[in-house]
Formats: sequence, structure tokens, C-alpha cells
Amino acid sequence: MAGSRFRIGEDPDYVPIGRRLLLLNWTLVLLIAALSGIGFAMLYSAANGSLQPWAERQMMRFAVGAALMIIIAVTDIRVWLKLAYFSYFVALILLVAVEIKGDIGMGAQRWINLGFFQLQPSELMKISLVLALARYFHGLTPEDVGRIPLLIPPILMVLAPSALVLRQPDLGTTLLLIAGGGVIFWLAGVRIWKFALVLGTALAAIPIGWQFLREYQKNRVLTFLNPENDPLGAGYHITQSKIALGSGGLFGKGFMLGSQSHLNFLPEKQTDFIFTMLGEEFGLVGGMALLGLYALVITYGYVIALRCQNQFGRLVAIGVTSTFFLYVFINIAMVMGLIPVVGVPLPLVSYGGTVMMTILVSFGLLMSVSIHRDIRISRQGNDDGRN
Amino acid sequence: MWHRDSDRFRLFTRRALMLGAGKGVLLTGLAARMYYLQVLESDRYQTLADENRISHRLLPPPRGLVTDRFGAPLAVNRQNYHIMIVREQTPDVRRTLEILDQIIELGPDTIERVERDAARRRSFVPVTVRDNLTWDEVARVGVNAPDLPGLIIDAGRSRDYPEGPHLAHTLGYVAAVSEKELTGDPLLELPGFTIGKNGIEKVYDLALRGTAGTSQVEVNALGRVIRELEREEGDSGNTVVMTLDLELQRYTNQRLSDQESAAAVVMDIHNGEVLALSSHPAYDPNAFTNGISHKLWNSLVNNPYAPLSNKAVNGTYAPGSTFKMCVALAGLEAGIISPNQKFFCNGHLDLGNARFHCWKRGGHGWMNMHDSIKHSCDVYYYEISQKIGIDRIAAMANKLGLGEDTGIDLPNERSGLIPTKDWKEIQLGKRWQGGETLIASIGQGYVLATPLQLCTMTARLASGKAVRPHLTRDNVTPEGVTSRQAEEFPELQVSRANLARIRDAMNGVTNELRGTGHGARIAIKGMEMAGKSGTSQVRRITMRERQTTGVLDNNDLPWKYRDHALFVAFAPVDNPRYACSVVVEHGGGGSSVAGPIVRDLLLKAQELQSARQGISAADQANSANLRRNPAHSDQDEG
Repeated sequence: MAGSRFRIGEDPDYVPIGRRLLLLNWTLVLLIAALSGIGFAMLYSAANGSLQPWAERQMMRFAVGAALMIIIAVTDIRVWLKLAYFSYFVALILLVAVEIKGDIGMGAQRWINLGFFQLQPSELMKISLVLALARYFHGLTPEDVGRIPLLIPPILMVLAPSALVLRQPDLGTTLLLIAGGGVIFWLAGVRIWKFALVLGTALAAIPIGWQFLREYQKNRVLTFLNPENDPLGAGYHITQSKIALGSGGLFGKGFMLGSQSHLNFLPEKQTDFIFTMLGEEFGLVGGMALLGLYALVITYGYVIALRCQNQFGRLVAIGVTSTFFLYVFINIAMVMGLIPVVGVPLPLVSYGGTVMMTILVSFGLLMSVSIHRDIRISRQGNDDGRN
Repeated sequence: MWHRDSDRFRLFTRRALMLGAGKGVLLTGLAARMYYLQVLESDRYQTLADENRISHRLLPPPRGLVTDRFGAPLAVNRQNYHIMIVREQTPDVRRTLEILDQIIELGPDTIERVERDAARRRSFVPVTVRDNLTWDEVARVGVNAPDLPGLIIDAGRSRDYPEGPHLAHTLGYVAAVSEKELTGDPLLELPGFTIGKNGIEKVYDLALRGTAGTSQVEVNALGRVIRELEREEGDSGNTVVMTLDLELQRYTNQRLSDQESAAAVVMDIHNGEVLALSSHPAYDPNAFTNGISHKLWNSLVNNPYAPLSNKAVNGTYAPGSTFKMCVALAGLEAGIISPNQKFFCNGHLDLGNARFHCWKRGGHGWMNMHDSIKHSCDVYYYEISQKIGIDRIAAMANKLGLGEDTGIDLPNERSGLIPTKDWKEIQLGKRWQGGETLIASIGQGYVLATPLQLCTMTARLASGKAVRPHLTRDNVTPEGVTSRQAEEFPELQVSRANLARIRDAMNGVTNELRGTGHGARIAIKGMEMAGKSGTSQVRRITMRERQTTGVLDNNDLPWKYRDHALFVAFAPVDNPRYACSVVVEHGGGGSSVAGPIVRDLLLKAQELQSARQGISAADQANSANLRRNPAHSDQDEG
């Protein structure tokens, strides 16, 4: 019993703060810092060799985010368990709020201005959904997972925010929410045939869902299916991105020497297409190195999950790792013309404060899982074995 | 409970590993795609990236110069300054233009147009404010440059003809490329590029054009030039040296300028070099360079004296009595007449029911060949042409260069017409009539020739060689310019003795008393000319007119019904060097109107030659006197 090692105060699982800092996964912190560092360099290049307007602000956000990450990491995992549903409902209410605001205001407004910070409820939801689903499935026995009525609440927990986000409309985040939620279902042990059923239904619903897509979303999908169709219009982004990557070759054109990026043929080079710029300037070698770093981070997430003694922690670990993976995969596949342009940034590298925050907060949770891996938690959310 | 949890853990582990494996596959997929794009397809994308980034721009080459035979510039390229504005470099386009308006006149329309254009184009694209700035204006704008942000002065080139109308017809002009002239050569599609549209500019356009240079520039996605990567200057066009003598050309123009409409050609009988070629009235070719105005164009097109037409090569006229040398030579060569054989002229000749008149009422009496040319007796030619026949006359005319292109290096040359029996049957479907031979023998009827052909004919008579006229000193081809080998023209295949007789008869015209051209003779020893006048009718003189009022005097007729005045001559008589022909449209008598012009041109040509050789002409004062008091022309033939 893990608790037996720490019999301090009322909580047998209490770990002193200094000890927690020691237990912190510094390797992971280093990997995250390395990825962010690559991001700074690319943003510096994107601005033609200047810290303005992107690199410097990105560094400041990283500093704030990294501090937040460590605070979250050293916070007891049970705190996050207890806050799981609460944060989910807060996120949901905020999503409804932006929806109402968006209806009143004009166009797609996705954030709430908190004065010092623009909060995107959809970003908060990405984390909260993982937490809430992890908590829900943490409370179910393997037999419970087989009972369909018990699967209805978590399905609603996924669908409600997904529907709201889709209405914003933000196809990328919707996909991330559904896929991230699906991962938790999968890990909790939901039968494969049930997935097959849902997937089949979803495929059947595509023609219906198509009608709910906005014109630009339809165009994105159509353009993806045939990018050369409209080389100066919607297909321009993908075509130019492929040209930039391909012309980078094996070793790239050199730092700050990417012609596609610096002559503005490449759109959105500091955000969604930053991987393209890296590929153009550092070639296959640079792209593979970045992909390798991402793979290491993801593997690390798996190691943490598999070492964890409580179901909540395991689910959260794989949940956030999978969300991270989805970001990476969707972004890179998108810029290489494998999937439609859905507007998902490259985590830690792309310019953007909210995504940086989301990712660092989720890594904070991952590390919290790691630090508190030995704590056993009962299904009801109390310390295991005490009820 | 523990058992359950470890079940759950095992399930979790299994599922997590499956998920992880899935992710591994996907990441491998990304890596494979990256390999495909960056290694397998890299070359293709490298090319595409360069195509994106590198823009090839053509640098138009300077057009080749045209000079006269001594190097005097006839067509040059003038620096043409234009002022442009770049929107992004000025805080306020309107304000800048208003300041500029106070320095050089723009006018509100220009300001409005420029403002509109600038707003429409991308902010870094220069918009032309004004073209053709004078050097003074350029200087004033330059001094005020600090107040004029965003303005740039750009120097282009435009074609300039320093001699203006003096060489309009020979040089032609350049103008913007029209839709149908596009050949796919991208040079032609450059804005502002001009090509030769007429004259030498057109004939030698490819040689004058040169080859374009290229500039490789790096551009960004908006087309803004970032930097020049490579520049390869083109080759400017070849300089074309013409055979023309600018001084003689100017003098020729001046000499024709008293006439309503006229043409003149002076050439070297030995090598066919055209020394002066003039068609009056002319136009200013500079007007075409930057686009001619509608009004000016219409006034040129509607002018009854046809200033756009080069009458020296495109105008065809009945040669009148200047054709008589052809007929006489044909007769001599065929052995049908002998030099001293005489025919009686009683003023007319009857053929069938028709009566053919001599220009001299009452007739010339007994005429031999020499006198027939000297007095320009028509009846003599009526007599001999019946014996010679039209086909022999035509063959001789062709031999002398009539009825076919001279091959001059000018566009739209007309070949005139020398009728034959076959020609009439084929073209008109009618049989040749005997009377038509008579009409043709005095250079009327179907016979037509250009002033250049008449000059060529005279040169051939004088040299005995099949001289062909040309306008450039060198061989000019699209590939370049090579120096012309001294051209050996073939012999005419005509007896030298007969040629000498014809020349002697022409000498009689001008240098013997009572010769029809005696009044237009050159009275300077060693410079004398031998020639032949021609007066060609453009209307039919009816029997009724002859019987009632008598043949109307030219001055009593409207301009367009008056006779054409022609004169051809070569000089000096004893050692021919120059040939000249002049046609004055509806000018009246050949020897009284065209003769003096020919005399002055041949004299000038000889004087210029002497002056250039450093030998002062024997008595320049004499010649000046002569020109001031030309002896009254003895007579005019009909």
C-alpha cells in the first residue's frame, strides 16, 4: 500500500512540496522547453529575424504558462479529481455564454475578454472534458462500463460542448473534443463493437451533417479533396505549403532563408503553417527531429499513464497525451496535404497564447499524475481502501 | 476490489498500448509523407518554389540607329523622361500631386486619373504621372524632390527622327505593336515597346530591334520585387547605314516643296545606291512614336496630296515621252529601224478610223531616231511601234527595269505595268488592238511606271548594266549587318553602239539647240546632263475639244486633270555617274516643270561630290547664275 510510506498528518498520501518538485518529470519539462524553443526560433525567422511581433510575446506566455504548469503539477491529483465536474460545468456555461454573446454580436466570437487575458471557453473545455470523463469512468467498474445506460451521461458530456463549439463554428476544436472524448471511452474499456456502431452511424450522418457546415468549411473539405482545382483560391494554402516543404529537401534552405515563407507565398506561417516553414528551412532532417521530439513527449505520457496506480490519473494522462497527439497529427497532416485545412495549431510551436496555455496546463496535469502516481483513489473519489 | 482494479488496469494497459501503437502508425505515416515530399518529390517542388519566387523580366534593347551614308543620324533613340508615383511611398497621393502641379503643369484631369490608378493598383506599383518631360522639367522636379515623396523619374527611350519630315517616307516610323503583329516573342508584349511600321524601320525591323536582355528578380507573393538575382543585358539593334546623302536629300525636299505633289529619286548608276528619295508632301514620323492623334491621322489620310504615300515607289504614272528611249532601243536592237532611217511627221497618223496626233500641230517633218528623241516626235513612234510590236517593246522595257519590282528595300513597292498581248488577253479578256501599240509607244495607255523605275531605267541606259537600286550601304539581315560586296550588275545584253546612240539622243534633248529640254540644261562644262522629258495626259482629249476650243491649256484645267510632268536624266554626259527622275503630279509640262528640278538635283549631286573630294567645282558662280536665270524652256511636248 502506497500510503504506508507517508503517514504524515491526516492524509497518509501527503507528499511534501519539496519532494513533489523532486519527483517532477524534469526530462519532460526539458522536452517541452525544447519544443517551445524551436517555436521561438521559428517565430523569430517568421518575423524576418526579429523578436517582434511574435517571438518575444510567445516567450512571455511560455514563462507564465510554464509556471502555471508546475503549480498544477505539484498540486495534489485529488484536488483535480474534485474540481473535474466543476470545471466542466464552468466551461460549459462559458461556452453557452459566448454562444449567446456571439448571437448578439457579429460573426464568430470564441473568447471572453477577461481584461488581462482572453479566455477561450473551448480551450478550457478541452481540458475539463478530459478531467470530467476521467472522473466519471474512474467511478465505474469494468462491468458498469458495459452497461449502456451508464454510457449515456458521458456521451452527453462529449456531445454538449461539441455541438456548442461546432456552432461557433470551430470544426478543428470539435474534432479534438470528440476524438479526445473517444479516447477516454476507449481506455475505459467500452466494447469495440460499440465504437464501430457509433462510427457507422456517424458516417451515415455525414450527408446530413454536411448541410450544417458553413460555406467555408465545405470549401475546405472540397479543396482538400482536389487542391489543384483552385490553385489561386482555396487550394492555394495547401499547394504553397507542399511547395515550401518539398523545396526544403533533405537539409532545408537554412535558417531564415525559406523563400516560400519569407516572400509570403506561405500563408499563416507563424501559426498553422509554422511546421511548413520549419520543413522549408531545416528540411526533412529538421522536420523529423521535431516529429521525434513530439514522439518522445507522447511516449513519456504513456509511461506516466502506465505507471500510475489510479484510474483517474491513467485516464487523464492518456487523455491529455492524446489531445496533444491529435494537435500534432492534425496540424502536420494538414500542412502536408493529408487532411483538410481545419485550423489546428502546432502545439508549443505555433504562435498563440491560448493554445500554449491549454497545452501547458494539460502537461501540468500530466505531471501531477506522475508525481501522485502512487496515490490510490476510491471510485467515489476518496482515498482508496477507505470505504 | 483490488482484483477488479487490476482487471481494469490490465484492460487499460492493453487498450493504451493499442492506442499508442495506432499513434505510432500515424506518426510513421507523417514521416513517410514528409519523406515523399522532401526527398522523392523535392526536385519538382524546388522548381515550383523557384517559379514562385523568380520572375523573369525582359529588358528591351535599344533600337539600332539609322544614319545617312556619311554617318549623319537619321533615326536615333531619345531619352524620354517620365515621372511616376508610388502610392506606398507618399503619405498623401493627392497632396503630392498638387505640389507637383505647381512645379510642372498637370491639370486636374491628370491628377484625378493618377489618383484613381494609384488607388486601384497595389501600393508599390508605380503609376505614370506624365510622359515626355523636358530636361528643364526634370531638373525642376529633381530640385523639389524633398517635397515630393513617392515620385520617381524614370528614363525610357523613344524613337526620334532629327530630320523630321525630310526622310519620313524612306525611314518610315515606329509605333506600338498591334494585336496582329504579335508573334509570340514576349518582347513584343512589353508595354511601350515599338516596332517599325513603315519604310526602313519596317523592312529592317528585326535587324534594328536587337535582342532583349533578361533580368531575374526575386518577387514576393504580391509581386513586389525584393532583389535582382541576375541581369543579362541585351544587344542593341544594328546600326543601319543608308546610301542616302542627307544634304542632297534635304535639297531634294526643298526643291520639291514648291509643288503640290511630287516625287524624285537620285541614284548612283554604277552601284544602284539611292542618294535621295523624296515624296512630297511628307509628314513628321515623330508624331507616330508616342501614338498619333486621331485628328492628325485623319488630316493625313484625307489630304488629297496623299502625304502618307511614298510616291517614289508606290506612285505609278504613265511615263509619257520618257518611254520613247525604250521604244527606240527596242527598234534598234531588233534591227527594225536604223539610226538614220527617217519617218515623216505631218502632225498625225491615221490607223483605221482613228487619228493619232503628234503633240506638235503641223508636225515635225522628216525625223530620224536622234531627232525623234530630241524633239519628242510622237508620229515617229507611231510609225516605228507598228513595225516593232508591243511585245518587243515590252521586252525592252522589262530589260530596262520597267514593269517589275526594282527590289528596293522599302515596303509596298509597286511594279507599274508594261502591257503585252498576253497580258491583255489574260487580264482583260480582250485582243490587243493595233492602236494600243501606238498609244503605248508614247508611254500612255496601259503603261505605268514609278519614279524609282524611271530612275532605274535611266541608270541602266547610262551604265549599260542591269542596275538595281538599294538604300543601305551594307547587307542588313535579321542576323546582323555584313558589308556589301561591290555589286557587279550584269550587262544589259544590249548593243553598246545602240545604247550610245540613245544617250546621244538624250544629250540632244538638253544640250542641243531646240531640244525639248534645252531650257533645263546644265551649262557647266563637265557636268552636263542628258535627259528626256515626259508629259503624260491624265484625261482624254476629245475630237470635239481639238476642233472647237483647241487643246485646253493646263492652267485652264482643275488640278487633278492637269498633265503629269516628268523628267529623267543622267549626268555627267561624258562619264555618267548619277541618274535622276522627277515626277510632278499634275504639274504640267515635263521639260518646263520637272526638267529644272532634275537639273538642280543632278547639279547638286555633282557639286557635293566635288566639294567632298576637295575639288571645288570649276565655276560655282556660273551655276548659281544659271539657277537664278533659267533660260526659258523652248517648248513643251504633248
